[in-house]
Amino acid sequence: MSTRDVTDATFEQEVLNSEKTIMVDFWAEWCGPCRAVSPILDAIASENADKIEIVKLNVDDNPATAMKYQITSIPAMKVFKGGEVVKTVIGAKPKPALEADLAEFLA
Amino acid sequence: MRHVIIIGSGPAGYTAAIYAARANLEPLVIASSVEFGGELMKTTEVENFPGFPEGIMGPDLMTKMQQQAERFGAEIVYDDVVSLELEGPVKSVTLGNGDRHEAHAVIFATGSAYRKLGIADEERLSGYGVSWCATCDGAFFRQKTVAVVGGGDSAMEEATFLTRFADKVYVIHRSETLRASAAMQDRATNDPKIEFVFNKTVEHIYGSDLVTGVGLVDTVTGEESTLDVSGLFIAIGADPRTHLVHGVLDLTEHGTIAVDGRSSRTSVEGVFAAGDVVDPTYRQAITAAGSGTVAALDAQHYLEGLHDATRETAAAAV
Repeated sequence: MSTRDVTDATFEQEVLNSEKTIMVDFWAEWCGPCRAVSPILDAIASENADKIEIVKLNVDDNPATAMKYQITSIPAMKVFKGGEVVKTVIGAKPKPALEADLAEFLA
Repeated sequence: MRHVIIIGSGPAGYTAAIYAARANLEPLVIASSVEFGGELMKTTEVENFPGFPEGIMGPDLMTKMQQQAERFGAEIVYDDVVSLELEGPVKSVTLGNGDRHEAHAVIFATGSAYRKLGIADEERLSGYGVSWCATCDGAFFRQKTVAVVGGGDSAMEEATFLTRFADKVYVIHRSETLRASAAMQDRATNDPKIEFVFNKTVEHIYGSDLVTGVGLVDTVTGEESTLDVSGLFIAIGADPRTHLVHGVLDLTEHGTIAVDGRSSRTSVEGVFAAGDVVDPTYRQAITAAGSGTVAALDAQHYLEGLHDATRETAAAAV
């Protein structure tokens, strides 16, 4: 299962109003580390589909959301629960390291 | 059991893989899970790699090298080495996913890692204004004021790249002389958005949620000052990535892996090293690629020697 995209227009509905724990991957086409971490996020999403949803937001196409969350470095991965950011992970990391960062949401 | 395992996937690792694959050594390349392609994945235009008169994007160059290695039969695994056993005739490599691979020879080409300033709040504000990658993060500093620390080619490149977005780019350097090449220096000094701040070191990074400024100390007078910036890009060099082989392979006084003369032979038989991890001086994509060639040929020679020895033993036993 590949992660789906959210946009400035859909962010409130799909992320902030989501009843699930949901992680947003802020990324861009030109960001090498974003491309590197993308398949790892796909794997984490499919292995933990019952616990966490992972979606992607392209920061070039959706500057308002990127600005609202003060993104200054990508990939930036923010976990939302009930419309609030409960965890931020910055930078591409190997799968075991990301799983460790997200342990509380994958348990 | 493999003939050879190559650890690293920058210009040294992939070039070693091309040569080893063409010698029918069926190399396994451990490319890393998130840093595959090495340092060039974080650069934009590469203008000094021979054969590309119009320049080539760093990530494109690395993809081409990867494809060239695969074309001749190299197998590439996108995972990280967590431990190594290099002594003895059979080398083994354990990966992040738990897989263990064995080979007669290992080529170590792990490159180098960005150096940190080593000051308070650097870690805390990393990703919140402190960055090691202008090409990754520069676009978030549109119409802002930022600073680059460093005086080498990479600092000039970062500063020049940042002028696409930022209104103003300070380059903070601890002396008055830049180490950067003349071409890179000229480009930066002629850029109206770039201002040099010489003879200063960064001692503090300010900001609660995001970087708001830096505290500087003059290396001549000791005078303290501050500079208001929203971003701090650190480009003060890199250290060879040798933590996997500490206590196993001999290192030089520079912290690079020691090799025998102009060869790639390390202090452990059957282990070869190439690229930035052996080179404290030149550290270019093309020198790394050349050194990857040396390592592949040395490994090939070593494996042929093993093969001959096995045959002689077999013949003696008959």
